[in-house]
Amino acid sequence: MINTSEILQTVRMINEEKLDIRTITMGISLYECAHPDKKTLYSNVYDRITRQAEHLVKTGEDLEREFGIPIVNKRISVTPASLVAAACGDPVVVARAMDAAAKETGVNYIGGYTALVQKGMTKSDRALIASLPEALSTTERVCSSVNVASTRAGIDMDAVRLCGEAIKDIAEATKDTDASGCMKLVVFANAVEDNPFMAGAFHGPGEGDCCINVGISGPGVVKRALEISAKDQPFDVVAETIKRTAFKITRVGQLIAREASSRLGVPFGIVDLSLAPTPAMGDSVAHILEEMGLEVCGCHGTTAALALLNDAVKKGGVMASSHVGGLSGAFIPVSEDIGMINAAACGALSLEKLEAMTCVCSVGLDMIAVPGNTPASTIAAIIADEAAIGMVNHKTTAVRIIPAPGKDVGDEVEFGGLFGRAPIMRVSPYSAEKFIARGGRIPAPLQSLKN
Amino acid sequence: MEKKNTAVVTVVGNDTVGIIARVSAVLSEHEANILDISQTVLSGMFNMIMIVDISLSAFAQLSDSLVALGNEMGLQIRIQRSEIFDAMHRI
Repeated sequence: MINTSEILQTVRMINEEKLDIRTITMGISLYECAHPDKKTLYSNVYDRITRQAEHLVKTGEDLEREFGIPIVNKRISVTPASLVAAACGDPVVVARAMDAAAKETGVNYIGGYTALVQKGMTKSDRALIASLPEALSTTERVCSSVNVASTRAGIDMDAVRLCGEAIKDIAEATKDTDASGCMKLVVFANAVEDNPFMAGAFHGPGEGDCCINVGISGPGVVKRALEISAKDQPFDVVAETIKRTAFKITRVGQLIAREASSRLGVPFGIVDLSLAPTPAMGDSVAHILEEMGLEVCGCHGTTAALALLNDAVKKGGVMASSHVGGLSGAFIPVSEDIGMINAAACGALSLEKLEAMTCVCSVGLDMIAVPGNTPASTIAAIIADEAAIGMVNHKTTAVRIIPAPGKDVGDEVEFGGLFGRAPIMRVSPYSAEKFIARGGRIPAPLQSLKN
Repeated sequence: MEKKNTAVVTVVGNDTVGIIARVSAVLSEHEANILDISQTVLSGMFNMIMIVDISLSAFAQLSDSLVALGNEMGLQIRIQRSEIFDAMHRI
């Protein structure tokens, strides 16, 4: 039997330390929907998603009530739209069908307006990247991603350039809402096929018909555990405490994933072991790093602290779930983490430091606001740098960057809700124009030759 | 883990007369059978944990009634399926 202190600990984690399930994401394959005719393609996609995900939100709400743990998001990811729309030639049709299906099923975001172009672009991939400003400014819930690099394939620098330009155009197309469209686009290196987290979720080409992936959360729980059990202790104790806590959090994720999959009659995919912050007080990854003894996140020592945290979360979580996947690591989105926001606002956290931090944790430069007049070539160069880190280190990296129109260093962008707010960060004033204009491919590194 | 039909009710708040009586009344209305109770009062704060069998209960209605009672009495009352505690604390 479970004892009183264990019960109270669980209740406290949920009530006071903001333990929650960040997302239940249903991955749906759209292969069967492909059709050359626009109308048929639209209805195939809409019907497929609404039929498969009909009970997703209701099931999520039932689980939330019965297990007494908030499930913050219920979401859908689909097969990369550039594949589904290739026969038709107009990817925006798929975006509209995705958006309508998301509204019908009640999910807040649907991911998979995606192109995988690490080695080269098809006509359909090019059409999708060109359509991003229109697709992201005229739909509400569609999220998009482009994979421009991988360890195996190198970096597609033509795609990197196009993404830099697309981000500027999306910012222009959504300038009335502080370039909010840019929040819905992630440019990846080594993108994973089973990521449940938006905006980068898509249902990879190697996935089955449908599956349930669950993303957990819990930075507040980890911070509290460190306060209680590891105050002024050596790092061995810090790592051990994080591992124990990550194990408990992940077990809850596994339970919810298994229940959701059995109730929906859909196979369980993976649990993503990520620590995902929100702008709420007490739900910050930066504050965990500060609890380890850093005055402000971003000061020297931050990369080492993050490396320890990221590793310990994985070690603790991996034993708690039968299938671990997705991004699995600590997230460091600037606008979505109150500690990061404060660190960036006071100047302690720079873009350069963030880039270093992305070498040792999951994802990359996430939810970064930069001056509106940043040239497309500079944005492309930022993407290329991140992609290089991912390519060489066999890890996923990503860029989700917002060049906020009319804003400059010292200003702030307010996105609202889970997206939070972001101080505009300084970018290098020196040009990478000629570097980006070269195009072509950066060859795959030596470490790709593993066979 | 085998499928269980037990849930954990936790009640936290200022101590007052009749908390156990009224929570038990709601449970019995919804045919939830109390298997175990532990309760303490620490400097005026009432803390109670009940393990209940909910095989015969409609979970959603039971949960709504308990939350409503909590609001009425100024207490925090929650009911959760016990699997979440097993998952977190038992291997």
